[in-house]
Parts: sequence; structure tokens; C-alpha cells
Amino acid sequence: MSHIIQFENVGLRYGTGAETLSDITFSLAKGGFYFLTGPSGSGKTSLLKLLYLSQRPSRGLIRLFGDDMVTMPRDKLPMYRRRIGVVFQDFRLVPHLSAFDNIALPLRVSGVAEKDIDHTVREMLNWVGLGDRASARPATLSGGEQQRVAIARAVITRPDVLVADEPTGNVDPDMAARLLRLFEALNQLGTTIVVATHDLHLLNRIPGAHIMRLADGHLPDPTGTLRNPPLREPVAV
Amino acid sequence: MKLDLDKIDIPFLKAPPHEARLLPEGRMAGPMPWVIAIIMFLTILSAAAGLSLARSATGLDADLAGRVTIQIVEANPQKRAAQTAAVEKELARMTGVQSFRRVPDAEVSALLQPWFGAEALDEDLPVPTLVDATIDSTAPGAFATMRSAVVAVAPSARVEAHAQWLGPLTRLLGSLTFLAWMLVVLMGGATLSIVVLAARSALNTHRETIEVMHLLGSTDAQIAQLFQRRIALDALFGAGLGLAAALITMLLLRGRLAAVGSELLGSVGIGWAGWLFLLLMLVVSAGLATIAARTTILSALRRIL
Repeated sequence: MSHIIQFENVGLRYGTGAETLSDITFSLAKGGFYFLTGPSGSGKTSLLKLLYLSQRPSRGLIRLFGDDMVTMPRDKLPMYRRRIGVVFQDFRLVPHLSAFDNIALPLRVSGVAEKDIDHTVREMLNWVGLGDRASARPATLSGGEQQRVAIARAVITRPDVLVADEPTGNVDPDMAARLLRLFEALNQLGTTIVVATHDLHLLNRIPGAHIMRLADGHLPDPTGTLRNPPLREPVAV
Repeated sequence: MKLDLDKIDIPFLKAPPHEARLLPEGRMAGPMPWVIAIIMFLTILSAAAGLSLARSATGLDADLAGRVTIQIVEANPQKRAAQTAAVEKELARMTGVQSFRRVPDAEVSALLQPWFGAEALDEDLPVPTLVDATIDSTAPGAFATMRSAVVAVAPSARVEAHAQWLGPLTRLLGSLTFLAWMLVVLMGGATLSIVVLAARSALNTHRETIEVMHLLGSTDAQIAQLFQRRIALDALFGAGLGLAAALITMLLLRGRLAAVGSELLGSVGIGWAGWLFLLLMLVVSAGLATIAARTTILSALRRIL
């Protein structure tokens, strides 16, 4: 399957207000790397919510992994969510769990045996530079450390799709570069990456990535590449 | 003193350590186990009262069934003696009469002595003759047939079925039994309400955790499992505490009743089946609490995508 995510004329409205997203149409190629940009309030977070199945659209069609998510029964959605890693803008770490347990949560939700969890989580903690903070609770971690835990939690299951909302907003440039290399490595393994960001430097670091610019809830696509993205290999590191 | 409910070792209720960490200690416990303990205490006492009253009513019915007292109310001693003899002869002849016994005069005098005094009960005071009989209460019309036959040979005879004059008491016992079981049902409803409130409160307390787990792909059943296990443990603890307190109270009351020495009160009891039933209520209440918690949580989870 070439397109892992497809949006067709998607609209999102909260309550009876105006549409936050209107006529969003795009397709994301499997193994692609995408940046989602746009000014504050343009609808980036709402679009990501639709991507990680936190919301259903008010209208339009969303297909994930070839299946229609708009009409999908809600009891089937968890299996799709497990294939999507999410880095939330506000991290959403469980406050009373240690960094280790927060990162292990997706594995436990997926039913991975405890004996297989320890090694995987410790390796991931070391990778994000928090090997010595395994038992620390989020409140005792800095903003950057919390963000790294959130990223580690999102990628620990090697998801098919990784959705990240401002994933480098609270880390220093060195750590941002390091985290981006993690995303690239995941992308090399076939994960489709969608990163919402304001950071223009970040856009330049991945030359082959597509850029989706949201403006006032619309996603202009003058060249048509978002509707029909070229089938491509993962970006070169 | 802080009770650590997770240290109560019940294998099927024991959460794996990582699941126990998802719901921090103490947050779920709150007042629920204590409220359930109080309700369970009252429920067990009501149920015990219901069982005991039902047993007493049944026992009374069994005791009174077919028992009849015949009074020969005749002032003339010769006529009284003649009618008594005729009644005894008639009773002996009737097939529906299982047994009869003329109450000895000394026994009748002993019954009357507290009211009239020993001196008043002399030869001049006409005292009715009493005959106790037991008839086959299952035979239709047995009492009416027997009364007609007795009155025919002894016009001064008054025939009274014990069930007739103790009827109001048995009906009262029946009403009290019904009331006791109604209280059990109402308190069961109160327990379920407490569990529902506790489950909702727990969901609110852990809303962030639930949302995160939900977005990471947890199923509703996985999330409900976390809560229902803790609620079951809380309910079991509360119900156990309430049951223990109620049983101690009942044993104390039993001692007091025995000390009264009354024949009627002395018959109050629930039997071994009753005790077993009360113990079973512990398991049933914990089971119902778990089901109520699961239903509440699943219903709340269904409101989020």
C-alpha cells in the first residue's frame, strides 16, 4: 500500500462553532517524512488529533492503513492507535509513574511480556540520555527531560506512524538534533513521520521531507503534491 | 492508622505491580470501604432479623397447626363433668383427631392462681374444664367438623383453634419479615449507589491517566480492569468489616436473649443455613460491587472516542 493516511474533504467543527478545519485533502506516503507548519491557531493540533484518532471529523473521509476511520466502530480503534506513536505538545506523562513506567506504558498496553520490557525501556532511556533518571517522576524532571520521556514513549513500540506536536520545543539545539536523528532512524525503518513545528531550522534539517502549511484551517496544495505524493523511499540520513 | 489494602493477599484481586502503580495507593480507597462496612453491618442485621422472623413465623405455624382448645363453660359441676366425658368420648371416636388430653384441674388452677389467688379457687368458683386436642389440619373442614360434633354433645363447649387467636401475631411476624428483607434490598441499592459514585469519582481523579492510556491504545476493558479490581478489594474489605461487626453484635444479642429465658424469644435463631446465607452475602455484595463498578466505568469510557 502506497498511501498510509488519506484525508478527503475533511472538516472539523467543535460544537456549533465555525469549522476549525475545512476541506482538508491530502495523502501521506508510507515511509514519508512530513512537517506540518502554520501559525498558531491555524489548526495544526486539531489536524494531529484527527491523525492520532482522538477526534472524529465532522465531515469527510479519513483512511488509515487502508481502513475508513470515520465509520470504524470505536471498539476497533485501540488496535489502530497502537500503530500510531504520539508526542503530545504538553507531553501528557502520567504524573505518578516513573520515567521508566511512562515509557513502558505503550508496551504494557500492547500486552508485551514484562520480561521483554525492561531491556527495551532501559535501552530507550539511555538513547534519550535519561538512563540515570529511570525512576524519576515527571515532576522532578526538567521540561526538556519530560519531552524526551514523551518522545521515548511514542517511539518505543516502533509505530507505523509517528505524530509529534512541537517535539523539540523544550530541548536545546543539540538534543533537538539528536531527537531528529531518532525520527530519521525510525523513518529509515519505515515509520511515517508527521511533525508539527514552528521551528524553521528543523525543516531545513530534513531536505527530503514534505512540508504541509496550514492556514486558517485550510491546507493549500497548489502543486498537488499533497494530494498525490510521489511514491518515495524514506529520506536519506 | 493507614490501611494498606494492596497488602491484603487475595490472588485473583491482586494487580500486577505495574498496574497497581497506575492507580496510586489510597486515592481509590477514600471513604467507600467504611461506608460499605456501615451499610453491610445494617444489611446483615436486617437479613438476620428477616431470617429469624421467618423462622419464628414458620415455627409458630408448625406449632399451632391443628392445635385446638375446648373449654366446657358450665357452672353446674355435674353437668360439666358429664359434658366433659361426652366430649372425650366423641374425640376418641373421631378419625380426624390425632390426640387429645384433658388438662388436669390442678394445672388449670395453677394457670388461674396468679389472677385469682389461691384462696379464691375453692370449690364454689366454677372453673371451666379444658381439653387440648390436635386435629389433622391438612384435612379440609377438619376443624368445623370437629367443632360441630363437640358442640352437639356438649352445648356449653367453646372450641378455639390456636391458629385463630395467634393469627395476628403470625401476620405481624410476616410483615416484619417482609420489612426486614425490604431493608436488605434498599441497603443493597445504597451499596451499589456508593460504588457507582466511587467509580465516577475515581474516573475523575484519574482522568488524565485514562486519557493517556486511551490514546496509547488501551481498550475499555483494560482500563475498567484497573478500577474494578481496586473497587472489588475495597468492597470486599468494607463488607468483611461490616459482616464481622454484625456477627459479633448478633452473638452478643443471642446471649442476651438466652438470658431473658422466654420461650418465645428463646426460639429466635437463624439456623446453620442462615449463617451460611449471611456469609454468602459477603461474596455476593463484593461481586455486585465489582459488576456495578465495571458497568459504570465502561459506560463512562464509551462517552469518549
